[in-house]
Amino acid sequence: MAAKRPTKKTNASADELKAYYKDMLLIRRFEEKAGQLYGMGLIGGFCHLYIGQEAVVVGLEATAKEGDSRITTYRDHGHMLACGMNPDGVMAELTGREGGYSRGKGGSMHMFSKEKKFYGGHGIVGANVPLGAGVAFADKYKGNDNVTFTYFGDGAANQGQVYETFNMAALWKLPVIFVIENNQYAMGTSQQRSTSSAEIWERGKAFGIPGEAVDGMDVLAVKDAGERAVKHARSGDGPYILEIKTYRYRGHSMSDPAKYRTREEVQKMRDERDPIEQVRNILLENKYASEDDLKAIDKDIKKIVNDSAEFAKTSPEPAPEELWTDIYATEVPQEA
Amino acid sequence: MATEILMPALSPTMEEGTLAKWLVKEGDTVSSGDIMCEIETDKATMEFEAVDEGVIGKILIAEGTEGVKVNTAIAVLLEEGEDASAADTASSAAPDAAPAPQAAADSKPAEVKAPAAPKTDTTPDWPEGTKLKTQTVREALRDGMAEEMRRDENVFLMGEEVAEYQGAYKISQGLLDEFGSKRVIDTPITEHGFAGIGVGAAFGGLRPIVEFMTWNFAMQAIDHILNSAAKTLYMSGGQMGAPMVFRGPNGAAARVGAQHSQDYAAWYMQVPGLKVAMPYSASDAKGLMKSAIRDPNPVVFLENEIMYGKSFDVPDVDDYTVPFGKARIWREGSDVTIVSFGIGMTYALEAAEKLAEEGIDAEVLDLRTLRPMDTASIIKSVMKTNRCVTVEEGWPQGSVGNYITSVIMQEAFDYLDAPVINCTGKDVPMPYAANLEKLALLTTDDVIAAVKKVTYK
Repeated sequence: MAAKRPTKKTNASADELKAYYKDMLLIRRFEEKAGQLYGMGLIGGFCHLYIGQEAVVVGLEATAKEGDSRITTYRDHGHMLACGMNPDGVMAELTGREGGYSRGKGGSMHMFSKEKKFYGGHGIVGANVPLGAGVAFADKYKGNDNVTFTYFGDGAANQGQVYETFNMAALWKLPVIFVIENNQYAMGTSQQRSTSSAEIWERGKAFGIPGEAVDGMDVLAVKDAGERAVKHARSGDGPYILEIKTYRYRGHSMSDPAKYRTREEVQKMRDERDPIEQVRNILLENKYASEDDLKAIDKDIKKIVNDSAEFAKTSPEPAPEELWTDIYATEVPQEA
Repeated sequence: MATEILMPALSPTMEEGTLAKWLVKEGDTVSSGDIMCEIETDKATMEFEAVDEGVIGKILIAEGTEGVKVNTAIAVLLEEGEDASAADTASSAAPDAAPAPQAAADSKPAEVKAPAAPKTDTTPDWPEGTKLKTQTVREALRDGMAEEMRRDENVFLMGEEVAEYQGAYKISQGLLDEFGSKRVIDTPITEHGFAGIGVGAAFGGLRPIVEFMTWNFAMQAIDHILNSAAKTLYMSGGQMGAPMVFRGPNGAAARVGAQHSQDYAAWYMQVPGLKVAMPYSASDAKGLMKSAIRDPNPVVFLENEIMYGKSFDVPDVDDYTVPFGKARIWREGSDVTIVSFGIGMTYALEAAEKLAEEGIDAEVLDLRTLRPMDTASIIKSVMKTNRCVTVEEGWPQGSVGNYITSVIMQEAFDYLDAPVINCTGKDVPMPYAANLEKLALLTTDDVIAAVKKVTYK
């Protein structure tokens, strides 16, 4: 990894660190539970877990303000939890129930929250990139100072529409932050086997878009870089690229045996670079929190996640009439 | 409390698998993320990780066991400090992991009816005595857009050459001068990208009009028209959608060859979530354009280059709109129903004139919008004439006419005195040579021949 090693110098307060720990742990436990429910047959289809990548979205959400938007691909559960969507509604969407964010009609890959300005949840690799630039276009058109976090993976970074979007976003100075979550594998194909450049963010230079590589296992490094990106985009200087070098511990989806990498590679990352462990250590070393404090957080998270699973199991399936609703809007959707 | 570890489903279709190998033994402590065993499915061998921490109290399924059903208990996990004997009274981690999806199958979706087809509306488009002016389709489209841009500042136009060049086909002539470069935006030649940005802008609260220089180029953007624009309202449970218009010339122009001459009516008509308009006259071009811009859904607006210069009467009123889903009867008749739309109407009306000279009285219906489609008006007309010919420029297989025919078969079969004939373009890519192009295109004579066939004349 070319990314910087985590620094012990923190740019966050004890309370902020505790919040990041809690937010990352919620994503991890939620995803583990989702994997479990998938195993039980309660979640169907495709289910892409975010385990290992938690610091990316938690670090960036720490830089967002009210009014900012976010959009991502199908590995979206972490983004939804991090922007404050209700775990019950997310889990119930995974089980395809009435209590889900899309009332069971979207599933794991297609979820939205108008309230949180979360624009999905998109199943077509790369398609969310121009969509995110479009949301940013709307903000610029309306003359506000909101920015849009547009997340995509190292795999999507090879789609042509990404570069069409880079061109227009730079040309029109759109307030968009392109977040490349480089987890090193586009499904089963490593970056080395699919991507001509070692540093994907450098492709932005061809369009005059500044950017940087970031250690995605270090939530503080992510936050630090995120602040630079947000400042740039919010002040009207146009897009910014963050290539966040991260790692997914699980397979591409639940049905991926992940034979394209060794067990040792995954274990090494877990042992040495885990984003949650890193924050845990900072909290303990600086005496920001005691073991008991952290145990209490763990317990709270476990309850939130278990409750969401219970809700997702007991929420009824959508009524058959739902098949025919939401195909056409009858009135103008209000601005999100 | 001890919990059972269940055989997981590791793919969307897995029902059972082989427990290939245990990597832990009874008494081992595991924590979340530790690999406990390997499971073979029909597709791959997968590692199965622990989700909770605890001690493996008992292994219930020996390694090498084949055909282990999903949700069978394969081991028991004890919590910290629990005795191994607790393993015998373990509760399932998922007592209600019952096959809930079954409920959907039991609920007889067949009983749920799709919304009813539109009712026939025979009111005229404008009241008698309305002042009319003559306009080309080109001017009518521009006026429709300009009026809506004056009405709503969130409406903007983007596309290749729409601003400074004044439109590749001069549809946006004058709009840059009136509305400025914020609202009339030249894009690079990058259909996939700007269609996506347009959809995102619609998500973000604007009302984009995305012009494609021709619909042939929109093939590069069709993913955003379908997957991003048409499906989002449904996928979001009604939370957000894409209120916008995709527009441009569709179908054959003249001598531009195979890649610039396709009619996409049947393609887009198929997609739930899209509305599809394909006007013939200038008044419909204007009235439908205004309705399309106001519509809270994504609208595919199929124009035609050859029609741009044709002139028609257009009501000279302040706010002229035409509703979607309402066919227009251009000519009443009793012997045969000719159903068409867009440039196909040229052939339909010309054929009807000539047929009248031979004593065949044709009723000519202009669908105007293909989705929603006014099938009620078609059925009503066919019940009167007992014969039907459909006319369109697109290819025969999977055509708009094919769909209309199936509706007539299901709803008015007993009224038919002859098979329905679909007049279409020929089943070939559009050739360049003048003589071949003429042969590939639909003609008035094709329509006349079809009418004579269904009327046994």
